[in-house]
Amino acid sequence: MSTARAERLVNLVLALLSTRQYLTAERIRGIVPGYADATSDEAFSRMFERDKTELRELGIPLETGRNSVFDPVEGYRIARRDYELGEIDLAPDEAAAVALAVRLWDSPDLTGQAQGALVKLRAAGVEVDENAPTIVEPRVHTEPAFAPLLAAVQDGQVVRFDYRRSDSPERRARTLEPWGVVSWRARWYVVGHDRDRDAPRCFRLSRITGEVRRVGKPGAVRRPRDVNLLDFVAGTSERDSSPVARARLWIADGRAAGVRRRAQPVGRMTVGDDPGDVMELDLYFPESAADWIAGHGEDVLVLEPDVLAKSVRDRLERVVHGEDG
Amino acid sequence: MSGSTERMPRLLALVPYLLARPGIRIEEAARDFDVSARQLRKDLELLWMCGLPGYGPGDLIDLSFDGDTVSVTYDAGMRRPLRLTGGEATALLIALRALAETPGVLDTDAVHRAIAKIEAAAGAAQPSGVVVGMGVREAATTARTRETVRAALQVGRALRIRYYSASRDRITDRTVDPMRLLIVQAIGYLEAWCRLAGDVRLFRLDRFDDIVVLDEPSAPPAHAEPTDLSGGVFSPEPDHPEAEIVLDPDARWVAEYYPCEELAELDGGRLRVLMRYGDQSWMVRLVLGLGGRARVERPAELAEAVRQRAAAALARARHLPVTSGQ
Repeated sequence: MSTARAERLVNLVLALLSTRQYLTAERIRGIVPGYADATSDEAFSRMFERDKTELRELGIPLETGRNSVFDPVEGYRIARRDYELGEIDLAPDEAAAVALAVRLWDSPDLTGQAQGALVKLRAAGVEVDENAPTIVEPRVHTEPAFAPLLAAVQDGQVVRFDYRRSDSPERRARTLEPWGVVSWRARWYVVGHDRDRDAPRCFRLSRITGEVRRVGKPGAVRRPRDVNLLDFVAGTSERDSSPVARARLWIADGRAAGVRRRAQPVGRMTVGDDPGDVMELDLYFPESAADWIAGHGEDVLVLEPDVLAKSVRDRLERVVHGEDG
Repeated sequence: MSGSTERMPRLLALVPYLLARPGIRIEEAARDFDVSARQLRKDLELLWMCGLPGYGPGDLIDLSFDGDTVSVTYDAGMRRPLRLTGGEATALLIALRALAETPGVLDTDAVHRAIAKIEAAAGAAQPSGVVVGMGVREAATTARTRETVRAALQVGRALRIRYYSASRDRITDRTVDPMRLLIVQAIGYLEAWCRLAGDVRLFRLDRFDDIVVLDEPSAPPAHAEPTDLSGGVFSPEPDHPEAEIVLDPDARWVAEYYPCEELAELDGGRLRVLMRYGDQSWMVRLVLGLGGRARVERPAELAEAVRQRAAAALARARHLPVTSGQ
C-alpha cells in the first residue's frame, strides 16, 4: 500500500470517528486530504469505493444512513462504541496463556489471525511477552478444510465437499448444512445435517478432499437448539471402556517388551525348548488385541481364551498362505 | 508481518499502543509490532501527518520524541484499538480453549480467566460454532511422568529414565538432558538429548516406565537442535528403507495413521502405498498384525521376514498343551 493511500485511510477513519453526523461521499471528498488528487468524479468514486472495501476488510464498522429524511443521499460514519475494543486488563498468568495461544496453531493463516488479535490487545495496554521461555510447547494441527468450514458455519451457509471414508477409495460429494466444527481427541470434525442422507452426520476433516464449496445463501442453515455438538462426535467414537475379557499369554524370555509392560506375570512355562513367562492381560478391544499379539509372531502365544487364540492363528495363517488361506 | 499488507492494522494500533506506554523506546515498540525500528519510525512519521478535519497544528496527531523514546501528546481521537475481527477472535479464543483442554500446559484457571476477559472485550466477535473437547485420556502414571519432567525442566536437571521404545519393542535405561516438553496432537513428549543415542530424541510420556530426577545439571551439547515439527512428530528420514505395501480395504486406515505416500488405487478398493521405516522389526510387527490384510510387494527380504515369523509362530503354537476348546 502506498504511503499516500495509508495516510488517506487513517485520515478517513479519524474523520468518520469524530463525526456524529453522517458524512456524504461528496463531503468526505471535500474534507479528507488525499481525495483532492482525484481528477474526475469517476476517479474519486473508484478511489472511495476501494477505500470503503479496505476499511470493511479491516473489520471497521462503517455505518451508512441519512441525517434527515430529506437528505438525497446516504452518508457514512463510524460509531465509536462499535469501533473500539472493550476495556481489558490481563494478569501476568493470563497474558502468559495468550502468548502461548498465539503460537499454538500450525496453520500460518490462523497464526496470522491470532497475531492480529495480539497486536490489538497490546494496543489496549496489555503486556504480553511473546518470547517468554515456556516449559511446555503445545501445538494444534488443523486441516485445510478447517477455515472454510468454520466460516460457513458462522455464515450459516450450506457446503459441498468430497469425502473419502477410511475403508474405501470412493470419493463421494456430500452436501451438508453445517452446525459446528468440533475438536475431539486431537482430530477435527464438522457436524451438521447431511442433505443426501437426510440425517445428522459428522465428518472427519482429514478425510475431506479438495475444496469446500459454498452452496446457496448465507443464513440458510438453522442449527437445532437441542444438539450438543461435542456429544455428537464423542458418542460416535469409541468411549472409554472397561476390559471385556482377560487373556493368558505365554511370552518368550527377553522378548515382546511392549506386551510385557501391560501384563502381569502369573507363572513360568516352557514351550518346546523355549522358556518364558505366563502373563495375564486385560483386553479392551479384542480384535485390535489380536492384531497386536499376532504382530509379535512366535514371541507371544495365546493360552486363553480360545477365541483370541483362533483370531491370532487365523491372521498368521492368512500371512503364510496368502489371501485365500 | 513486515509487508505493506499489514501496515493498516499497525497504523491503527500504534497510537493507542503508545498512549498506554508513554516514553517507550522505539526499539521496544518495533519488537512488539515485529517490524524494524526504521519501519516503525516511518509509521510514526506518517501518523504525524494525520489528524482531524481542519488539519491545522492542533488537529494533527502529535508525538514527542526524546532521544530514542516516543510519547503521544495528541491522539486526534484514536484512543482505543479497533475491536477484534471475527477471524482474530476465533483464532485466539479457540487456541485458548484448546490450551484449557490440554492437561499440564498451564494453570487452566488462568486460561479460563483470560478467555472470559477476551470474550467480554471482543463482544460480538466471539466465535460460535466451534467446540473444543480435547477428550484426552491421560493415565495417572503419564500425568505423574509429566509433572516430574516439568520439574526437571524448571530446575534444569538431567533425568534417568526407563523407556519403552515402540519401534524396537525394547525397554532401555538411559540418561537424558531435557530440552522441551511438547504436546503435539494432544500427546505429550519430552524432547531431550539422549546420552545413549548421542542425539536429540522425542520420548512419549506414556512410554516411561520409570523416571528419576538426577542431581547433575541438564547439559545438552551446544549443537543439539530442537526437532523440526513442521512435518509432524513422525517424520521419516530420507535414508530410511522403504517398503511398498498393498492394503486391503479394511487395512486402509494404515495410510491415514502412519506417514505414507499413496501410490495407486487398485481393484477391489485396495491401495498401494510407500512407507518408510526406521526399524525392520517394527515393520514386521505391523504387517504381521494386519494378518494378511496387507501384502509386502518389496523389499523381498521384508516380505520373507514376515512370512517366516508367521510360520514360526504357528509351529511354536503347535507345541502348546491342547486345551479343551480346540
